[in-house]
Amino acid sequence: MSTTLESPSRLSEQATVESAARPLTVALAGNPNAGKTSLFNALTGLRQKVANYPGVTVERKEGVWPLAPELPHARLIDLPGLYSLDAASIDEQIARDVLTGKVAGTPAPDVIVAAVDATNLERNLYLVTQLLEMGRPLVIALTMVDLAEGDGLEIDEKKLSDALGVPVVAVVARQRRGIEELARAVVVAAEEPAPGTNWCLSARAEEEITNLSGAGGRETALRDLYADEWPSEEKRREAVRQARERLSQGNPRWWQEPLTARYGWIEEVATGVVRGAKQGRQRTSATERIDALVTHKFFGPIILLLVMLLVFQTIFSWATLPMDLIDKSFGALADTLRGRMPAGLLTDLLADGVIAGVGGVLVFLPQILLLFFFISLLEDSGYMARAAFLMDRLMRGVGLHGKAFMPLLSSFACAIPGIMATRTIENPKDRLATIMIAPFMSCSARLPVYTLMIAAFFSERKLFGFISVGALIILSMYLLGIVVAIIVGWILKHTILKAPPPPLVLELPPYRVPNFVNVAQQMRSRSWLFVKRAGTVILAISILLWALATFPRATTSPQAGADQTIAQSAQGNGAEASTQAVQQGNGEAPGGVDKGEQVRQSFAGQLGRLIEPAIAPLGFDWKMGIGLIASFAARETLVSTLSIVYNVGADGKEDSPSLIEAVRDAKRPDGTPAWTPLVAVSMMVFFVLACQCMSTLAVVRRETNSWRWPIFMLGYMFVLAYVASFLTYQGGRLLGLS
Amino acid sequence: MSSLLFDQSIAYDITRPPAAAAPLSLDSLPAGVTARVLNVNGMGAVARRLMEMGVVPGAPVRVIKAAPLGDPIEVRVRNYHLAVRRSEAQTISVVISDR
Ligand SMILES: Nc1nc2c(ncn2[C@@H]2O[C@H](COP(=O)(O)OP(=O)(O)O)[C@@H](O)[C@H]2O)c(=O)[nH]1
Repeated sequence: MSTTLESPSRLSEQATVESAARPLTVALAGNPNAGKTSLFNALTGLRQKVANYPGVTVERKEGVWPLAPELPHARLIDLPGLYSLDAASIDEQIARDVLTGKVAGTPAPDVIVAAVDATNLERNLYLVTQLLEMGRPLVIALTMVDLAEGDGLEIDEKKLSDALGVPVVAVVARQRRGIEELARAVVVAAEEPAPGTNWCLSARAEEEITNLSGAGGRETALRDLYADEWPSEEKRREAVRQARERLSQGNPRWWQEPLTARYGWIEEVATGVVRGAKQGRQRTSATERIDALVTHKFFGPIILLLVMLLVFQTIFSWATLPMDLIDKSFGALADTLRGRMPAGLLTDLLADGVIAGVGGVLVFLPQILLLFFFISLLEDSGYMARAAFLMDRLMRGVGLHGKAFMPLLSSFACAIPGIMATRTIENPKDRLATIMIAPFMSCSARLPVYTLMIAAFFSERKLFGFISVGALIILSMYLLGIVVAIIVGWILKHTILKAPPPPLVLELPPYRVPNFVNVAQQMRSRSWLFVKRAGTVILAISILLWALATFPRATTSPQAGADQTIAQSAQGNGAEASTQAVQQGNGEAPGGVDKGEQVRQSFAGQLGRLIEPAIAPLGFDWKMGIGLIASFAARETLVSTLSIVYNVGADGKEDSPSLIEAVRDAKRPDGTPAWTPLVAVSMMVFFVLACQCMSTLAVVRRETNSWRWPIFMLGYMFVLAYVASFLTYQGGRLLGLS
Repeated sequence: MSSLLFDQSIAYDITRPPAAAAPLSLDSLPAGVTARVLNVNGMGAVARRLMEMGVVPGAPVRVIKAAPLGDPIEVRVRNYHLAVRRSEAQTISVVISDR
């Protein structure tokens, strides 16, 4: 293990002293599943921060690595997992740019640490050959050596180090094995560029390379000649073009030469280094035995279904308690504030705008945390890749990638983690298409709306005496979302996001016991990203909504403090909002302007009336219009807003008897009922298809790094919702339904 | 590698016995049979990615199984497992090897 440190050329006193003088920047590179995250967490502990690289959505993780007590701490940059430096995805492009110091705010690393999976040496070494070619100081961290030993695979680190010409340190992150040795190797290596590799190509290709390697040297010549992109400079481009032309005449697969040559070199390195490797078939690994069941033709899909059921069951049953708790505490906080501060606009703003706004962000957290928990668990264990494998054929029917399956499925709980989970999809167009259709999956925020509508109009009805019409309708709403998603996905993939069907070259990593530090870390960092970015947008919008519902003040004897607004309840804490409203309404303002009156006279109310002509063809009146406007903040807000508009108070829960009664009794000016079963269905259809969730929009903005896509999403989903709702209502009336 | 021939119809490497050298595409390789990659015939990013992942001429490959709907297929290459679509597997020619 410490072989490298014994070699005198590397351990010179001077080197250690020199590098001790300045803090090092170290980059951690490696294949996906090579154990990079585990190593990063072991090296940095909790001293890490997550952000995005400027202009792209690639996650940028950086931490502090205390190399040794007497040395200054190093900056450790975790690169995205990658198979090769020839950029196929944004991740790989970023990784290459970081390594070459081209990313603003990130200095070129002094040392590169490459995580190399000992159980999968040859493929992992491919990236290493490319790193060696860069000629920068490099240290190999040989991971999973415990597993390799278990497999009877013995890797001679000394020989490997000699063959590669760079230090090799065996590490096991979980046991903190090899961590100190790695630090020492890095300090020493900082002073020594890697020696490069010595594979060569056919005589013909070598000749072209010699011709092309002027000032830039062999590495530049290789890259210019074989990379996908062309050099930017005119003359150079022409020279390269001609060289490629000549090579392709001799051999149509000329471009494969460096790839084959690198693997040739790797095989040579590996054969001398690996002992006890019974290559291939003798060893039926645990993974193969598990896969015999998990990707089985018949049992595979069943297991997938069971896993998903378990995940959703857990999310729906576990998240409600903390969600209620958050709701209640923010309601209580607002109450306390009201009690302590003089009644007035400022208090209202703080209580109904700010506190309710923050609560509105945080109320999503339990679900998001739980979903991220399961997503990281499934990813870390290796199951995620199997799900993609099982579902790829179906997903391809829509023009999507197998990897889009999990994000879309997560969206049934909440679109936000689903959209964030699309990061694993390499092709930006496929990723965008997946993001664009994710909100069609009926998320949990739609359930209160469905529940209210069903409870008010369909609860007692049965089909053939035993099938509940309500359940059937909810099921149809889920199906409607899925069908529309498929159609829209197909259309997007054939128009603005046109691209050939995405290729699938997917590693099925060995099953591993998930590392709970990794899982916790990922939950923490991802949710924090959500809170930080989405939070600011949501806060701004909820203050705006509050203002819309508060101004202008209602005319008859305005009673500050008694004026409840929909903005407060606009945050999904409907129950508390209206309970509180009633308490205060009763206590302070008997006979004053009630909250319903305030809402009706506010800008929101005026807007409701303003849009009434537009929504009348859908069967909605202006009171529902207020609900619709408020629900663009978050869907479940419809319920609490309606209870304010109808002056129900008491309990704004979707199954509260008074609200159900109020909805059934609501009348239009001409005395006909405002709501009918047909209106209710039309409303549900609208809620299936419209993008009424500013958190989703905020996250899309963040993930796509532009306002264009969230605005497009809001727009096209609204149009779809309007049209579908229109067809439902008018079609229903033509059929004589009501 | 450049000595291997481009046209599959005449892709006989004279150093191999003819029976073993009859090339077939990876997607028609029966499950459980070990073969060696003869050529990656695709072009562009996918072919490059396949080769970066170790599917280069000479590499041993074995088809493990197909997904429930028949596509993609799971392939073992260089001690790890890879899923590829049949359309991509078609561009890889292999020869069955006895080992
Ligand atoms: N036994 C063992 N498992 C490891 C080791 N390093 C990582 N793992 C596991 O391998 C899986 C992938 O590791 P991770 O760090 O997420 O890899 P990454 O994809 O490269 O970031 C996880 O389930 C880890 O718990 C190791 O040294 N030994």
